[in-house]
Amino acid sequence: MLRLENVHAYYGLSHILHGVSLEVGDREIVSLLGRNGAGKTTTLLAIMGFLEPGPGTITYRDRRIGGLAPYRISRMGVGFVPQERGIFGNLTVEENLTVAARRGSNGAWTLKRIYELFPRLRERAAFRGSKLSGGEQQMLSIARALLLNPDLIILDEPSEGLAPLIVQEILDILLNVRAEGVAVLIVEQNLRAALRIADRHYVLSKGKVCFSGTSEQLNADETILKQHLGV
Amino acid sequence: MDLFVSQLLNGLVYGLLLFLLASGLSLIFGLMGVVNLAHGSFFMLGAFIGLSVVSYTGSFWWALVLAPIPVAIAAAAIEILLLRHLYKRDKVDMVLLTFGLSFVFTDLVEWGWGKDTFSLSEPASLEESLEFLGGYFPQYRLAIVVFGLAVALLLWLLIEKTRIGAMVRAGIDDTRTAMGIGLNVPLLLTTTFASGAALAGMAGVVAGPILGVYSGVDVEVLIPAFIVIVIGGMGSLKGAFVGSLLIGIADTFGKAYMPEASMFLIYAAMIVILLARPHGLFGQAAS
Repeated sequence: MLRLENVHAYYGLSHILHGVSLEVGDREIVSLLGRNGAGKTTTLLAIMGFLEPGPGTITYRDRRIGGLAPYRISRMGVGFVPQERGIFGNLTVEENLTVAARRGSNGAWTLKRIYELFPRLRERAAFRGSKLSGGEQQMLSIARALLLNPDLIILDEPSEGLAPLIVQEILDILLNVRAEGVAVLIVEQNLRAALRIADRHYVLSKGKVCFSGTSEQLNADETILKQHLGV
Repeated sequence: MDLFVSQLLNGLVYGLLLFLLASGLSLIFGLMGVVNLAHGSFFMLGAFIGLSVVSYTGSFWWALVLAPIPVAIAAAAIEILLLRHLYKRDKVDMVLLTFGLSFVFTDLVEWGWGKDTFSLSEPASLEESLEFLGGYFPQYRLAIVVFGLAVALLLWLLIEKTRIGAMVRAGIDDTRTAMGIGLNVPLLLTTTFASGAALAGMAGVVAGPILGVYSGVDVEVLIPAFIVIVIGGMGSLKGAFVGSLLIGIADTFGKAYMPEASMFLIYAAMIVILLARPHGLFGQAAS
């Protein structure tokens, strides 16, 4: 579904990604791990088209998407849940959900279904986005991405700063979403969360992939766990 | 008492004219982060085009409807051909570009219409005065109040109650996320820039019979409009409305009762408000 081949990326003059290759298949949950500054967020921003395209190719459903504007990439069926959640503070919860909603390939997600899945959001439908708690904002950001009816959802550290119980709830929702046929690419600092939901993992270090494999393989690789994940 | 009421009305008229200008200026700033120094030029261009439409058709109403169209087209062209290429650069580059454009527009206007001051005559149906609260008020000024309030209400409904308005607010809150969830932000920017310019052009026609039509009127109206959005809070429609009425009324009363100090009063008000609320009355801290 999504494939990166030897992707390089730059912030101004600094060279952040040094040839990242990774792949997300249909209905797969893939995690992107690594220490701060390893290039995880940069990888997501490169996929979403927020960075000037560098060397390497990014393809989504066999179409090259490097150089396309972010909104075009999103409209091809990619749901984005940014770091810091990106809630529009001046929009109500309901406006946040509907402002960009689209039918996608099958229109499976509707506002009604979202409210069934996230009853908290229905209770707060008329609140401004800025009035929500951190956990509610994260739910809203994920719900908003689902209403784009994506085939792939990309999340940047959804568990950051949230209580363990809410993290659980979010992970359950992502498993649920995958069961509906949506692929997931998730950047995580929380190794346990990643091991719980992802089928495969990539570990980044200094802008390169230094490990890729299943949860079992990752659990067995003492060096990677110690050196790059601080376990 | 008479003087007081008529000054209040004049203050409202001036304030609502400022609102037509400041609302677009504020939304454009909120979306693009750009102080558009050419916004007064759109006002001036609208006034001159309105002047020509009146001389061809003899109708003020045609001027009001037609003049904003070429202004909006010019603004859309500026956004697409020039401004768009600077979004990734330092904001100062964009401000300088709009500053340069304001000179170009002044030259264009002087080249096309000369340096004289023209007066746009008000529509014949609104030439008379109405007796009202014990005084006589020109119908045209009362019409501006009604028109300005109607535009303010429509704008508020558009921005706060429609999906397009929600897109504009989303862009003001967080342009990057708006793009990331699939909103066509470039189109949103062009549309907002052109609509703001059309509104400014319309304000130029409406203000024509009161302020006159001359090259240089752009700066005359742009400066108070800036004070308005600084006071009201950049990017806030409510702020533009409250700020416009505040400045319109303060300026009119200042000129009537303390002509020597009227300019000083406005700047003093701005300083006091900024000291108390650095982001303006309804503004938010930049994210």
